[in-house]
Amino acid sequence: MKYEKLGIFMGKKTLKLIVLLIFVCVASFWIVEQSPIDPVRAYIGEMSIQPEQKAKMEEYWGVNTPAHEKFLNWAGSALEGDFGTSLIYRMPVTDIIKERFASSLLLMASSWVLSGILGFVLGIVAGMKHGTFIDKVIKTYCYILLAAPTFWLALIFLLIFSVNLGWFPVGLSVPIGVASGDVTFFDRIHHLILPTITLSLLGVASIAMFTREKLIEVMSSDYVLFAKARGETGFDLVKRHGIRNVALPAITLQFLGFSELFGGAVLVEQVFSYPGLGQAAVAAGLRSDVPLLLAIVIVSTLFVYSGNLIADIIYEFVDPRIKQQETRP
Amino acid sequence: MTTAVVNANRELFKGINLRQKTIMLISCLSLLLIAIVVSSAFIDENALSTDFESKNLAPSLEHPFGTDWMGRDMFVRTLGGLGLSIIIGALASSISTIISVFLGLLSSIGKIEDSIVSWLVDLFLSIPHLLLIILISIGFGGGATGVIIGVALSHWTSLTRVVRAEVKQIKTQEYIHISQKFGKSKWWIAKNHIFPHLLPQFVLGTIVMFPHAILHEASVTFLGFGLSPHEPAIGIILSESMKYLSAGYWWLAFFPGLSLLIVILVFDLIGENLGKMLDPKKAHE
Repeated sequence: MKYEKLGIFMGKKTLKLIVLLIFVCVASFWIVEQSPIDPVRAYIGEMSIQPEQKAKMEEYWGVNTPAHEKFLNWAGSALEGDFGTSLIYRMPVTDIIKERFASSLLLMASSWVLSGILGFVLGIVAGMKHGTFIDKVIKTYCYILLAAPTFWLALIFLLIFSVNLGWFPVGLSVPIGVASGDVTFFDRIHHLILPTITLSLLGVASIAMFTREKLIEVMSSDYVLFAKARGETGFDLVKRHGIRNVALPAITLQFLGFSELFGGAVLVEQVFSYPGLGQAAVAAGLRSDVPLLLAIVIVSTLFVYSGNLIADIIYEFVDPRIKQQETRP
Repeated sequence: MTTAVVNANRELFKGINLRQKTIMLISCLSLLLIAIVVSSAFIDENALSTDFESKNLAPSLEHPFGTDWMGRDMFVRTLGGLGLSIIIGALASSISTIISVFLGLLSSIGKIEDSIVSWLVDLFLSIPHLLLIILISIGFGGGATGVIIGVALSHWTSLTRVVRAEVKQIKTQEYIHISQKFGKSKWWIAKNHIFPHLLPQFVLGTIVMFPHAILHEASVTFLGFGLSPHEPAIGIILSESMKYLSAGYWWLAFFPGLSLLIVILVFDLIGENLGKMLDPKKAHE
């Protein structure tokens, strides 16, 4: 019975995803098609070129074919897994995406986990000590963090920890001048720490504020009052009645933050010259690499959608309160 | 001396209630922002002229934010950048508000219109925000216009959601049903019965949108889209400063970013206090 319901749910969601992807593809293709940027110019860069040669290239690339035909050609090969060739990297787009997404995912996943744990702990502490000095400090810290530009925080971190203290390298995901075979696991971690911390700071604020509000709400409920009357106090009380109730909504919120995580990763990767998907997106945008940009838009849409989907599943199928409501007649 | 001032302050504020205090706070903060915009408009060209004799100076009394590699005063450049950011933010968030007013009212008309609006919101939220702005600004040919349009066309989603929820609640009210029975058209009801209730939401929504718009504008210009390197935008100042970080010129990055942070905090404060005043349930906190 339960699996049947999950099946229907997933079916609906998959259908929705397909419709969404079609719309995203059409819309983003239309947007870049509107752009006055000349693709041939983007390919050859600043080189001077004869008008005849340019005409030849335009014909070869089909610059003057109608937009809907272009879209169908592109979509047709995209369905077969071929997203064309990147103009700036001169490589198949799928290869770039695979390589870049792997390193971005490492960065995003580690900072996602870090921000989740740190934010949750801070939120619990602030909520437990509601109204005290510690609470105010955590609250102010979160407000400032929410208002701080991500890239500025990244710059300041770079300035303090890499330039002044010299603890971490200034950029890239591996050391310069070392053959790719010689890069050790430790090197990768070493290059990952600072970007991860910077990116996780962004997520800490929202999750901490949410956890704090939720915990205060739970702690003023009747069952906590009853638990107090039974003589439960201190951390045990919060652990038994608070954390259990707050954890699931907080995890759900954390999954809903994939869109912001990606945006933050774009900025952080740019500052630390970390070769991830975000940096590729910026390069593709700045140098009008349309095939790469479209592919990144699709990949990021899938990424955000999967986050929302997991949050939905938690909400619908994991949360015991909602299960209980449904079993009642 | 100080105690005298504090006492005077206490005397001064004695007769003022919480509401008046909030209004005073809001007006002081607004005045600060207006002062930034006005003074950035009157920046003397000479103040930004290059002066290689005083390049790369650390912060001092004469140059509170230091000078850059061309001897330009960083305080003046930052001020100009903040003014530009606030103007772009104002423009973008007003356009976004107009879009959400229209979509919010559209969703009140019928079921089909409502699902179109919610579908549009979902579509816009499905792409990471920063990527969406980049995409739109490329579509409009990049440059300053591209960035403004990109920021303006992507911030309406959250306000539209709020407005939609509010509209749904208002529509259950009896006077709406009575008006329908009187044969008023749905658009007439939206305009005359629903819109006035939403007005405070729109004012508040615009102000809450402001910091987001400014932050996104700064991020996108930092990444190199939009404004030309001659404009004193905060994003451009910070991306330039990246080249000089390893040289130890920390003031190039520190002060402009900090000023941006303060401006955003000020906007947040104004929004929060205004929200308290407009919401009768919270007015006494």
